Amino acid sequence: MKNKKKVQMEGQEKIKTPVSEMIRKFKKQKTAVVALCFIIFLIFLAFFGNRLVPYGINEYDYNAILQRPSLKHLFGTDEFGRDLFSRIICGTRISLAVGFGAVTVGAVCGTILGLLAGYYGGILDSIIMRICDVLFAFPGIILAIAIVAILGSGMTNVVIAVAVFSTPTFARLVRSKTLSLKNSVFVMAARNIGVSDARILFRHILPGAIPDIIVQYTMSFGSSILTASSLSFLGMGAQPPTPEWGLLLSNGRNYMASAMYVTIFPGLAIFLTVLSFNLLGDGLRDALDPKLSD
Amino acid sequence: MGETLLKVEDMKIYYPVAGAGFGKKEYVKAVDGVSFEVQKGEVFGIVGESGCGKSTLGRGICKLEQPTSGKVILDGEDITGYSNKQMRPIRKKVQMVFQDPYASLNPRMSVFDIIAEPLIVHKLYKDKADLEKKVLDLLKRVGLDDYHANRYPHEFSGGQRQRIGIARALAVEPQLIIADEPVSALDVSIQAQVLNLMNELKKDLNLTYIFVAHDLSVVEYISDRLGVMYLGNFVEVGDKSKIYKNPMHPYTQALLSAVPVPDPTAKRERILLEGSIPSAHKPPTGCKFHTRCPKCMECCKTQAPERYEVDDGHYVYCHLYDDKIKKQKEG
Repeated sequence: MKNKKKVQMEGQEKIKTPVSEMIRKFKKQKTAVVALCFIIFLIFLAFFGNRLVPYGINEYDYNAILQRPSLKHLFGTDEFGRDLFSRIICGTRISLAVGFGAVTVGAVCGTILGLLAGYYGGILDSIIMRICDVLFAFPGIILAIAIVAILGSGMTNVVIAVAVFSTPTFARLVRSKTLSLKNSVFVMAARNIGVSDARILFRHILPGAIPDIIVQYTMSFGSSILTASSLSFLGMGAQPPTPEWGLLLSNGRNYMASAMYVTIFPGLAIFLTVLSFNLLGDGLRDALDPKLSD
Repeated sequence: MGETLLKVEDMKIYYPVAGAGFGKKEYVKAVDGVSFEVQKGEVFGIVGESGCGKSTLGRGICKLEQPTSGKVILDGEDITGYSNKQMRPIRKKVQMVFQDPYASLNPRMSVFDIIAEPLIVHKLYKDKADLEKKVLDLLKRVGLDDYHANRYPHEFSGGQRQRIGIARALAVEPQLIIADEPVSALDVSIQAQVLNLMNELKKDLNLTYIFVAHDLSVVEYISDRLGVMYLGNFVEVGDKSKIYKNPMHPYTQALLSAVPVPDPTAKRERILLEGSIPSAHKPPTGCKFHTRCPKCMECCKTQAPERYEVDDGHYVYCHLYDDKIKKQKEG
C-alpha cells in the first residue's frame, strides 16, 4: 500500500502490530519453534543440499550394493550401490518444490474462488461450492490418481493433481470467513465510505482470512508432500532415477526383508517433514487465534 | 427554517422471512412507511425502543440497506435507485457513525490507514505529505494526538475509538452525518465528551445530524427536532421542546415518563406499558401500538391512524387527535 509509510514520532514506545503480537505468541510454543527450525533446515538443504552431499545422486557403485549404514554411507546404499544419504538430501528439493508449488497454486485459486463465492453469493456461490463438493467427494489420493491418469505421469502433473485437490479446502475455508466478515460492521463502514468491492475484498476481508489461510497452507503442505510421495510410490509421479522420497521407498520395498534401512530412511524423511509442517501449522493456529491470549 | 437537505418519502424496508412456506412470501417490516424531512444545519433525533427499526432507517438513508420502496431525496437528488457506483460521489455528502466502536474499525488496519481510507478512495489528496497532514488534522480535530496514528484499534478505549470513527466520517467533509447510536456503547462520562465533540464539530463544520438513539436524555441534549418510532413507524414528530414539554402520543408519554429524574424525593406518575413490543413480522392491525396503548379505542384496532398536525410542525400519528373521532366522543 502506498500509505504504509509510518508517521515518525519521537519517544514513542513500541507499537503492537497484529504481526508482532503473533510472533510473540508463536515464540512461546516450543514444539512449533522446533518444527520451524527443522523446516528452515529442510529449506536450506533444498537449496544447497546437492553441493554438500558426499556422493552424486546417480553415482553407481556395484561393489557396494545394499550396504548397511556406516561412516562411509550414513544411510547405507541401495540396490545399485548409490549412497542413500545423498539421494535423500537431494530429494528434499523435489518434495518441498512439489509441496510449495501445489499448495501455492491451490491456495491462490481456492482463496479467489472462496472470496468470490462468499462475497457475491447467489448462483456464483452455488456453482463454486457444488464443484468443491464434487471434488470433496473423492478421497484426495484417488482424485490425484485420476488426474495423473488423465494428464500422464510426471512431476508437473503431480503438482497439478495435488493443487486441484487442495483448492476446495481453501475455497470453503475462505468462503466461510468471507461470509462472516462480509456482515461485520467495519465492512459496512467501508461500504459507507464508498470503498469499491475489489478493495473491500482485498483490503478488509482478505486480511481477516489470512491467519486461517496461513494455517491451512502449512497443514496442506505436509499432506501434499505425502500425496506426491504416494503417487511416486505408486509409479505415477517421479520416474527413476529421480531421488524422490516416495520413489526411494517404493524401490526399497523389494529389499525390505534383507535391507530394511533402504525403506526406513526415506520413510523417516517423509514422516519428519510432514510432521514438522503439521506441528508448525498447529503452532501458527494458536499464535494467530486472537481468543487465545498467552 | 433553512432549506431541506434530506427528504425521506414513505420509506419501507422489508426483509423476507426464511421458511415461510411455499407460494407465500412473508416479511419482517423493519421500516414500514416512514416520511420525514431534515433541514440543513439541524439535528434530527430518532428515538424508539430496541427493534423498532431506527437503525435500519438510518442505514436505508445511506443505502447500506436497499429500501423496498419509497424515496430518499438528498439535496434535491433522488438517490433511491442509485447503484453502488452511482452512490460513490453521494458518499461524500452522507457519512455514518456506527453504534459499536469496537466492531466498526477494522482490527487489522492502523488508525492512520482507517482515517486515510476515505481520502484515498475519493482521491481527496494531492500527494503523500498532503494525505499525512490531512489525517493528522482530522485526528487533532476529534481530540486525538499525532502519535495515535500508528496504533491499532485494540489499543484504544471505546470513547477514543468512537472519535476515530467520527474522524473517518469527517474525512470526506460530508454535509449530513447519520449517527447510529454513537454513544450507547460508551459509559456516561465518555458519552458527554463525545456528544460535546459532536456539537462542536457541528458548529465548526456546518454539519447536519440524524441522531439515532434510545437514550432520551441524550437525544434531548443534542437534537433540535425529534421523531419517535414504534415498530417501523413514526408515532410523533416535532420540535424537541414541544415533544418533551407536551408529548401527545400515548407512546411518547409513556416513554418520557420512564426517563429517570435525578431527584430521589421526586414523586412522579409513571405510565407503565404492558407487554413487550410485538413482532415486526406480524405487526398488529390498525394502529400498531393498540395492543399496549392505555387509551386504545375501537377504531385503533382496525384503522391505521393518519398524520395529524397538532401544533406548528408537531405531528402525531394517533386517532385521539382526529377531529371527527374527538367530536364523536364529545357528542
